[in-house]
Amino acid sequence: MSSRSASRGPRRTARVLGLASTGLGVAMLRDPKGVARFSGVDDSATALSVIPLVGARELLHAGPLLAGRPGWAWTRVAGDAIDLTAMGVALSSRGGERGRRLRTATAAVAGLAALDLLTAARSRRAGSRSAARELLPSSAPWKSAIDVSAAATVNRPPQEVYARWHDFSRLPEFMAHVREVRPAGIGRWHWVAEAPGRRTVQWDAEVVEESPGERIRWRSLPGADVENAGVVEFRPAPGEQGTEVRVRLAYAQPGGKAGKAVAKLFGEAPDQQVRDDLARFKQILETGQVVRSEGTPEGPLARRMAKQQPAAPRS
Amino acid sequence: MRATQWMGKNHVEVNEVPDPRLLNDRDAIVQITSTAICGSDLHLYDGFIPTMKKGDILGHEFMGEVVEIGKGVSNLRVGDRVVVPFPIACGACNACERGLFSVCENSNPNAGMAEKLWGHSPCGIFGYSHLVGGYPGGQAEYARVPFADVGPLKIEDDLTDEQVLFLSDILPTGYMGAEMCDISPGDVVAVWGAGPVGLFAVASAKMLGAERIVAIDRFGYRLDKAVEAGATDVLNYEEVDVLDALKELTAGRGPDGCIDAAGLEATHPTAAVDAYDRAKTAVMAETERPHALREAIMACRNGGTVSIIGVYGGLMDKFPVGSLMNRSLTVRTGQAHVHRYLKPLYEKIRDGEIDPTFLISHTLPLDRAPEGYRMFRDKEDDCTKVVLKP
Repeated sequence: MSSRSASRGPRRTARVLGLASTGLGVAMLRDPKGVARFSGVDDSATALSVIPLVGARELLHAGPLLAGRPGWAWTRVAGDAIDLTAMGVALSSRGGERGRRLRTATAAVAGLAALDLLTAARSRRAGSRSAARELLPSSAPWKSAIDVSAAATVNRPPQEVYARWHDFSRLPEFMAHVREVRPAGIGRWHWVAEAPGRRTVQWDAEVVEESPGERIRWRSLPGADVENAGVVEFRPAPGEQGTEVRVRLAYAQPGGKAGKAVAKLFGEAPDQQVRDDLARFKQILETGQVVRSEGTPEGPLARRMAKQQPAAPRS
Repeated sequence: MRATQWMGKNHVEVNEVPDPRLLNDRDAIVQITSTAICGSDLHLYDGFIPTMKKGDILGHEFMGEVVEIGKGVSNLRVGDRVVVPFPIACGACNACERGLFSVCENSNPNAGMAEKLWGHSPCGIFGYSHLVGGYPGGQAEYARVPFADVGPLKIEDDLTDEQVLFLSDILPTGYMGAEMCDISPGDVVAVWGAGPVGLFAVASAKMLGAERIVAIDRFGYRLDKAVEAGATDVLNYEEVDVLDALKELTAGRGPDGCIDAAGLEATHPTAAVDAYDRAKTAVMAETERPHALREAIMACRNGGTVSIIGVYGGLMDKFPVGSLMNRSLTVRTGQAHVHRYLKPLYEKIRDGEIDPTFLISHTLPLDRAPEGYRMFRDKEDDCTKVVLKP
């Protein structure tokens, strides 16, 4: 089972920045003199000893960035601040050809710094923004979104797996937070989900796409307590291993108190919760039941994992 | 009921706890007639396996009489005598369909925990931490058996508990260890650890036609048992250099199959090496003391097979991957897929091809489980295997 919450855009930019860091780092370590000449500080002895250090720093964050982790752009932002400060100090005492080269280099660093800052900032909130935009109702007012996905292979044919999910009123059997889903008109369903503090959140949702055996898409209608949307896709697994099920859910997070309530609804591990829901879905289809142990009597459940009961019967 | 509970490191107690109840339609409740302490239970006892909770009921080797069944179980009846496999398997997922029961995709409700540590989750296991499900074990008067329509083997012949009890784990585990070596005529097989699983690996290597079988341990009484099981040679690693001795025995080739039946708490005869891994495990810089595995890799013949059935939990240090890669070795491993071996091994017992009772050294009432754990761990009184009677 797998899940994913960061989206493609910032990951791709992170990789580009990683490549830039690698190039700079290698150049600074292999030829500090050349770099010093290029940026117009070849008259300074300090520069020659500092440049390899800066090179080493670049290689340090190159790795995670190349792996597509946009959050590491923050370390680049910090590095940029140091570099720009040093270059600013150097600029004040240089003129002529050196001064011109240094100005060009400073401008280049400033440009990269802007990209770093943008990437780092996007890694924070909007990592889910662009992905959630495709899913969520365009009317939804939201600052950011909880966007989670998970996948599992279920050893049953796609038509059967689709049919079980399409039986919306039975979704609560495997969706831990959903208390009830009942019909509310043609292609419309009323959802009731549990929220912390014994409260519930409710919404009406419409099915916007249903392709038997392949895909179901739904999204909340205006007036929902929490604007949300979801899509689940079914594909035959290779080698007659059943069906690959991929699910993605997005919940709009308005600013302020309401946003905090949405975050609370999902606790600290929204990904794990979707994975657990999917694990229960797989269990029901393959074994006819949700698998329970004395330590985890509810079946797979993120909050129970952190707070197990002893593996002993209870009276 | 009375049950053996893990109360902390080096501390087990037999206490009164509530009786188990059916939680699912495919459950059965078994009244236990015989259960055993497994070498792998000692890893729990010694505190090597994470995610244990105070009060967890131990034990994954057990058998008994069915006293209650859920309405989804049609192949068992109240009164049936059954042996229960230690892996819990659903019988319907892709892994189960391929016979890989110990990596059942549905039976561990705490799969998310295992995925964090191991990438993917194996099956659920009775009485073996919350990482593999948080299921109560069978060192008790009763146990709930999930997927009772898939796991338990009905015993209908006139065989004693002692003859069939070890089908629950150690006999299939030892057998799979030998089977994974793909033994062909002329093969030499070496087995690290002459505990219960190692002894069954020796006996299985014999059944599968190995030419020579070398047992390696540091306890004379266990090496004697190994000879009884079919070992042609024994090595006491505190007295000889194992690598030299194996080269000598095989005229320089090394054993074709090397079975690690020792696992994560192995010891090393050189004090410095032993201290190195003890220190690293003490500060959690590694979680295993993998001396047997390192040696099995180094000893194995070029192109040979290293078969790991000793239990490992996490991360090891100084793994001789160069030896493994450059010499075309094959590593095969896994928790035993007990379900696949139940019937064939049961028939071998019934036909007298193997008598598993030879390794039982102690039979105690359930209430003396704490004493059993201590004796087994400290190898007191030539302890090889403790059977408990609830």
